[in-house]
Amino acid sequence: MSWTGVLAVSIIAYLTKLSGMLVPQRILNKPYFSQLALLLPTALLAALTAVQVFGDNKQLVLDARLAGLLAGAIAYKLKATFIVIVITAAITAALLRLFLGFN
Amino acid sequence: MSPNPPYALSPKQITLDAISIGLATGTYGISFGAISSVAGFSFWQTQTLSLLLFSGASQFAYVSVIAAGGSVTSAIATAALLGVRNGLYGMRIAQLLIPKLSQRVWYAHLTIDESTAMANRFDQSQQSAKRAFLATGISVFVFWNIATALGFLLAQSITSPEVIGLDAAIGAGFFALVAPRLTTKEHKVTALIAVAIAISFTPVLPAGVPILVAALSAALIAVRGGK
Repeated sequence: MSWTGVLAVSIIAYLTKLSGMLVPQRILNKPYFSQLALLLPTALLAALTAVQVFGDNKQLVLDARLAGLLAGAIAYKLKATFIVIVITAAITAALLRLFLGFN
Repeated sequence: MSPNPPYALSPKQITLDAISIGLATGTYGISFGAISSVAGFSFWQTQTLSLLLFSGASQFAYVSVIAAGGSVTSAIATAALLGVRNGLYGMRIAQLLIPKLSQRVWYAHLTIDESTAMANRFDQSQQSAKRAFLATGISVFVFWNIATALGFLLAQSITSPEVIGLDAAIGAGFFALVAPRLTTKEHKVTALIAVAIAISFTPVLPAGVPILVAALSAALIAVRGGK
């Protein structure tokens, strides 16, 4: 695995944080930018969820990961913490594969 | 709910809050360490991300885009876009704490979701806000790094991630990050459009790129909201 990417992404992340600290308030204080900065993570995280659950290389598939997500969503509704949600999803998928032959 | 307004909290209470937030994000760190290990990153690469990148969602995105076969470039772009909000947080912290230039250099590193949210609770008192920001930032940093190391070592002892369901854990992890953000109509619509875009483009674009295209949904909704 490439060290270049690990270091590059780390430096970019730090410079992003620092730029906010140094930039004069008025420049980025426009409503469009603050709205965009808050909506961006929502868009990216939603897209990442979809791709991680349905994507398999360049194909879309339905498998135990979706059942895992649904179980995790139920755990979320029941106000479970992050690790409980993640473990619920993992165990659900693992059990379906072991006992019901899911992919 | 606390009977006192938050700015009336004692320094000790602020520190205790900061430690409990650090512990809570630590549990998320265990998942990141495990997934980074399964994705093929080395121990020190995983820890470098935790020490230097230090922003959970970006770290998670970086390793998972690469694990899914995406290029380093699209992984960096996804993680960098996710980090844009930290720039906005930096502006807020600079406005709230008015740090010296030398402080800004290291405060910037601690500028994350949790520390900003905690500092924001104390917008009546700069001293309390500063304590909340620093205590939360440092607490999350320490617990996060310990947790990702632990998660990595735990996952090393697992041979087949599919059997244990770790691949399903990644999707659920992103879900757990996005779900609390879906509080307004703008966020819900943005998420729906992003999912539709990501799924539509997955069969035709290289891995990682559909996620970047999905970022357009945020730009679209932000433009509409600005009118």
